[in-house]
Amino acid sequence: MILKKSNTEDIPGTIIFNGTRAIKGYALNKMCFSFNSAENRDAYRHNEDAYCDKFELTGEQRQALKHRNVRELLEAGGNIYYLAKWAGIFGMNVQQIGAQQRGMTEEEFKEMLFRAGSD
Amino acid sequence: MARVIGGIATSHVPSIGKAIARRLENDPLWKPFFDGYKPVHAWLDEVQPDLAVVVYNDHGLNFFLDKMPTFAVGAAAEYKNADEGWGLPVVAPYSGDPRFSWHLIESLVADEFDITTCQEMLVDHAFTVPMSLLWPKPGRHPIPTVPIAINTVQFPLPSPARCYKLGKAIGRAIESYKQDIRVLVVATGGLSHQLDGDRAGYINKKFDLLCLQKMVNDPEALARYSVHELVRDAGAQGVELLMWFVMRGAMTGQVTEKHHSYHVPISNTAAAVMVLENKTAGSDKWLDQSLMARL
Repeated sequence: MILKKSNTEDIPGTIIFNGTRAIKGYALNKMCFSFNSAENRDAYRHNEDAYCDKFELTGEQRQALKHRNVRELLEAGGNIYYLAKWAGIFGMNVQQIGAQQRGMTEEEFKEMLFRAGSD
Repeated sequence: MARVIGGIATSHVPSIGKAIARRLENDPLWKPFFDGYKPVHAWLDEVQPDLAVVVYNDHGLNFFLDKMPTFAVGAAAEYKNADEGWGLPVVAPYSGDPRFSWHLIESLVADEFDITTCQEMLVDHAFTVPMSLLWPKPGRHPIPTVPIAINTVQFPLPSPARCYKLGKAIGRAIESYKQDIRVLVVATGGLSHQLDGDRAGYINKKFDLLCLQKMVNDPEALARYSVHELVRDAGAQGVELLMWFVMRGAMTGQVTEKHHSYHVPISNTAAAVMVLENKTAGSDKWLDQSLMARL
């Protein structure tokens, strides 16, 4: 089937987690998936580098993890659902993740959400 | 024969689960949201479903990118919840109904929906939070459930039209089940929200309100949207509206909206709940008789 052009164009500011990203981010997402287990979260906290070695992460992915930077992790192929488990290790919630990506404070981000409801 | 008595669609935001665990239902910030479920409880008391088919999307608890089914149907006697990694308390397991599950599976595959069958299936917040919202009394979960998971993680995703057709096939499966049971179809997810990218925090109230209206009266027009257009207008995670299309498709007869509420924001999400009643020929009489039989 030929895909309609309107269905493949970029949506500004939005990530489509397609096959290309799934390949690029596989190891990173697999590591984040492992954080469903408390034992694995502890192992990561205990020795981040050793834990990343087990999953054979790329240099780009390791750097993004070190920077605690969600935008960089997304660029490195991370999927937000798995990254949320990684962020949970540091007690980060989805509003803090959103604020970080938009370069806002958490308060500014929350205000923006409330405004969306009152428009 | 079984009947589809109606459908409920509701958001499944994890922070709702946290608020329930902390008993914040009457907290000033949360009360308006939780009050939106009171008419839902009243309706459930009235119609007394025997079983719920729950259509939801897994967020990386049961499924990973190694094997990602587009549609997966539970066929277990019990569905466990488990640690998702970011602190939501784990809730007690839900009972299933394997006999109904296998009827559903047989019927769906005969109807050309080649689903994945799961005899073990962990259910995440997208299943547990709605169940707690619909049946808030602590203790045993009141009715058996059959989970159906739709992939919203790994693109390509199934189209709204495909999800609507899956719903139709689910409706046919339910109404060809020999046992006289009253089946509720629950969809979870939405409405507009986006967690990732520069547009994180995106909410589209205008589109949500249009969806709430069209989902009742003109679902086929809404189902002409592509996934891409849904992402554009509802946000990357607002694509969870796909579950609503399944629920709406499963309504086999005349549909009446009994309730809806809309609340912005819950966490990053425009939250909503909608109750649809489904009436087919003779269903009023059947409902009365099946309720009488229980007294």
